[in-house]
Amino acid sequence: MSFNRIYGLFLRHFFLIKSSLPRILDLIYWPTIQIILWGFISLFFSTYSNYYNNTLGVILTCAILYDFLFRSSISFNMLFLEEIWSRNFTNLFIAPMRISEIIISLVITALIRTLIGLVPAILITSPLFGISILNLGIPLLFLFLSLYIFGITLGLFVSSGLLRYGPAFENIAWSSLFLLAPLGCIYYPIEILPDMLQTMAKALPLVYIFEEARSILVNQYVNYSNIKNAFVLNIFYLFIGITLFYYSFRQARKKGSLINIGE
Amino acid sequence: MQYPIVVKNLSKNYSNKVAVKNINFKITKNEILGLLGPNGCGKTTTIAMMLGLLKPTNGIVLIDGEDIEKNRIQLLHKMNFISPYIELPKKLTVKENLIVYGKLYGVKKVLLRIDYLSDKLRLTEFLNKKTGELSSGQKNRVSLAKALINDPKILFLDEPTASLDPETGDFVRTFIEKLSKEREMSILLASHNMDEVKRLCKNVLMMKDGLLIDRGTPNELIKKHGKINLEEVFLKLNRTSNEF
Repeated sequence: MSFNRIYGLFLRHFFLIKSSLPRILDLIYWPTIQIILWGFISLFFSTYSNYYNNTLGVILTCAILYDFLFRSSISFNMLFLEEIWSRNFTNLFIAPMRISEIIISLVITALIRTLIGLVPAILITSPLFGISILNLGIPLLFLFLSLYIFGITLGLFVSSGLLRYGPAFENIAWSSLFLLAPLGCIYYPIEILPDMLQTMAKALPLVYIFEEARSILVNQYVNYSNIKNAFVLNIFYLFIGITLFYYSFRQARKKGSLINIGE
Repeated sequence: MQYPIVVKNLSKNYSNKVAVKNINFKITKNEILGLLGPNGCGKTTTIAMMLGLLKPTNGIVLIDGEDIEKNRIQLLHKMNFISPYIELPKKLTVKENLIVYGKLYGVKKVLLRIDYLSDKLRLTEFLNKKTGELSSGQKNRVSLAKALINDPKILFLDEPTASLDPETGDFVRTFIEKLSKEREMSILLASHNMDEVKRLCKNVLMMKDGLLIDRGTPNELIKKHGKINLEEVFLKLNRTSNEF
């Protein structure tokens, strides 16, 4: 056994990690986020055990909605990542495609990929658990639309990072939504969060979307102000996402990352 | 006279490195211009700036008299690029890849174009095969077909015959030669194969450390440096006095 070879291999990974902030962040935040998310869920159920008449329905409906958001965002990122993995990225950017065309194309393709994953999930909940997400009625369309816009927006943020930092940003692509899940109040009401985090959570459209879903399922009441708040925030973040994507493209052209992004 | 490509005072600086320093050249119609230099001398950086992939720090690239920085999308319709360092999606068939790029370049009657290129580049037998399953010679011809899908006026070839067997290499060289003559194409060829450069290129640019250090026809350069072939010229220009 050679200590030098062991040390050499250690150094190979150490050099890789220490030169990449996204890789360091990835190492730190996965365990942290998991603990926070499940901590809040447990706290909620222990504190408000009588809150839901329809616990299973609410949790499953929220899980499907969250999965829709997750798949929208991941699909958008995956399309970008596939170009990097297949070393096709440069071909794409020497084709006469405008950035707006690339974004629109990704948005449409991501929607199709998302629906392919979502439809079976909706179909199996009814025979298996006696739950149908369609019980949310017409507002479900607004909720899906709102979630889709936010998913795409997150996809734009991550793709901007991929454009600028290359494959080192890949892990963020996979895990970006888990970062927001605890603050998004998917399975519990916003009141369960500490005051400081409540303020932060209110800046996310997710809180209003999931609050609305629970309001319809638990209280049979549609609160359109939640839907409106979610859309206003979505438009704001989408604007920032698109701006960031354009900025990252310009920076990538300056720094040369469009040439060697797969390396 | 309008040159399809004019490069004026082109430079690229990164934060800690000067990659290309104030280079100037022109390419005429029908011309294949060789770009030679050791690895890391700035050839790929130069091509990337000419394709609009990289923003120059200084200088200008004119394609048919128009600045690539000001009209990138329109000018990209006239150009294409092949390099062994970029690939087409492996899980798509050859035909699917060519259809995708035909669409991206706005080619009308893309299937007819694919038929034409398949015939010229001997792709027909594996047109429906997955690109990842092809040999390197076949992949190279597919990349060439992708680079010609939009019938470009300007073609950038970065080591187009790297890692090819002699027969396929010769096929590609003959094809490029014909292409330049028949389609009046302007071609910039970056290569480490000196015989290939001598055979195909009317003029040659020599780069080192981001600078254009010499230029001329292959025979002029050989004569000027008192060497027996282009490879010897390359070695002379790129070896420093204390190397052997």
